[in-house]
Amino acid sequence: MESPVVAVLILVLLSGQSVTGRVLKQIVEPRKYDYTKYHPLSEITAWMKQIETENPGVVSTTIYGKSYENRDIAFLKIGLNSAENKKAIWMDCGIHAREWISPAFCQYFVKEILHTYKTDAKVEEMLKNLDFYVTPVLNVDGYTYTWKDNTTRLWRKNRSPPSTATCNCTGIDLNRNYDAVWGTFGVSTNCCSILYPGPKANSEHETRAVVDFVGARSKDILCFLTIHSYGQMILFPYGHPHIKDPNHDELTAVVKNAGQAIKAVHGMDYIVGALAEALYPAGGTSMDWARLIGIPFSFTFELRDKGEHAFELPENQIQPTCEEAYEGARSIITYVHDKTFHNITTLPNAATTLMATMWTVLLTLCLSSASLL
Amino acid sequence: MGRPGWTLWVVVVLIGDSLAGPYRPDAEPGPLETNNIEELEVPPELDGAMSDAELVPHHYPAQRAAKVAVHYLNTRHASPYSCIELNRVHKASLEDLGQAGKKYRLQISLKECVSNTDLGQCLAEVLFPGEQEQRAPQVQCSCEGLKKLNNRAEEDALFQRLNTSNSPLSGSNIPDSYGNIAPEMKPMWHLGAAAASFVMLKESNESTLYNMAQVANFTQLETENDQLRFKYHILLHDMISQEILHWKLLVAWSPAGGVSVPQADWEPKCHHCELPLAKSTPEATKPSSAS
Repeated sequence: MESPVVAVLILVLLSGQSVTGRVLKQIVEPRKYDYTKYHPLSEITAWMKQIETENPGVVSTTIYGKSYENRDIAFLKIGLNSAENKKAIWMDCGIHAREWISPAFCQYFVKEILHTYKTDAKVEEMLKNLDFYVTPVLNVDGYTYTWKDNTTRLWRKNRSPPSTATCNCTGIDLNRNYDAVWGTFGVSTNCCSILYPGPKANSEHETRAVVDFVGARSKDILCFLTIHSYGQMILFPYGHPHIKDPNHDELTAVVKNAGQAIKAVHGMDYIVGALAEALYPAGGTSMDWARLIGIPFSFTFELRDKGEHAFELPENQIQPTCEEAYEGARSIITYVHDKTFHNITTLPNAATTLMATMWTVLLTLCLSSASLL
Repeated sequence: MGRPGWTLWVVVVLIGDSLAGPYRPDAEPGPLETNNIEELEVPPELDGAMSDAELVPHHYPAQRAAKVAVHYLNTRHASPYSCIELNRVHKASLEDLGQAGKKYRLQISLKECVSNTDLGQCLAEVLFPGEQEQRAPQVQCSCEGLKKLNNRAEEDALFQRLNTSNSPLSGSNIPDSYGNIAPEMKPMWHLGAAAASFVMLKESNESTLYNMAQVANFTQLETENDQLRFKYHILLHDMISQEILHWKLLVAWSPAGGVSVPQADWEPKCHHCELPLAKSTPEATKPSSAS
């Protein structure tokens, strides 16, 4: 063939204007994952494999359970110099199927710590001292179901079949199924209800996967983070209205600090507080269960927005939402890390108190000495 | 003052400072300027009533009441080009009126959602009627910034376009699963939200927190009495029960007349099918919020 024709052909192929061109592009360029789009489960699973391949020695994937419909429930374990009994942070996303921004955040979080640990000494230190267990999608069946068509997009529960002879509806609310004052507040005994907590605590495959893994390592897990939407909140235990966490004051300070870290990014206000006070009483949540088995720092994030788009958050808000949530999560993780490894418990708020105190003293001394003259 | 005197002074100051509590950079704003706000009239029967119980502004009782006030404001002010959202609750109190119900007094700040601008502060009173009465909440508001809302030019243009068009406008799945809304559908989405506010206001109580999750579909009908009319199928989300509630609305709108909802029907959930909603089932009952 003549060279100009060949040149044009190559240009067309490489420009991706043809199927062949696109295929060639994939081979020539490393696969670039788009963190600003929502991805179906198959793409997230492939992404997990890709992340593991691209970060040998730092990332490994583990299947730690199977859903009712027999799909894999898996996490990415991320850490430097991983060892047995290394302290860890747990993060799960997508326990509620329709909260698509949640899995998007887990993927962003993983990307961010892997992209920054080589240049950010603090992230590197935390990865050396801690392993991160990140589950991008916990409710794999429910999430898949929300991708089916327009009518399934707002599904919340898992896809367990009707559990009693008298009630003919599918699904259990996984965040009411944990053994933490199960079946009390914020639930309905009607199996058709979206808040149906199951026939008993831990009845669900997805619940038991978390309980078996986290339960066996509760001594080593310092912080349990579970990511939801919407509402713009950072919540701590308990959902049960009559139990107060013994470290309530410490947790209040930590989430206030996280809220400020979030606001500093894009100006968004997140309400912070105990679940039963800030949102509603609820029993059987994973956050409460984690706290009850002894994990001292257990938090629920409710990401954007405050109801304008609700669960259908526009893709152009994925990036800013993840950026601010990352700073919130990072501030909590940093606090937990520094408390454990450096015995530091001051937060920016506390440091400001010290400064204010010192200035008051100085001013008082000056005024006193002036009045003496 | 001798050295011991200085030391004592320093100690006193330090103790005083630590007792004062942590520095809060995002403290509540100062007293509300009352220059531009009409005083809310206290009905004679409530004058001298029990003092209110102070509420924590960011806890759920005040937040739910504030949301109701916002629904009320949207029924009066929202349009295809504007909507009101809650920015913050600054102060809140609750007065228990026994059989007459519960009255929340709120100091809130608002934002305009389309332009994302500040709308200033409001004093709002939200009365949830007592158990006996199955009535909608009663709301009164004094707001300083709502006169800023003026999109008359755009509204007139939209009205003209839809009124003179040959083919009735319709749309569905707004937003779509990815949260996307086509630019030409945005005003129709806002109109749906404005109409939804009527339902959300009427259905609200102390155990609900409503938002519109989606416009499932809408169709333009014949213009009547110089008002555009639409059939809307909207999905509401109640944060407390977490349920999605389907409502079919008849919506009327004109720039001069504002938004009204001559008819609103709740579509009961079809438990036995995962397909688009069938007609009302015989055992249909009003949804009740989970505790």
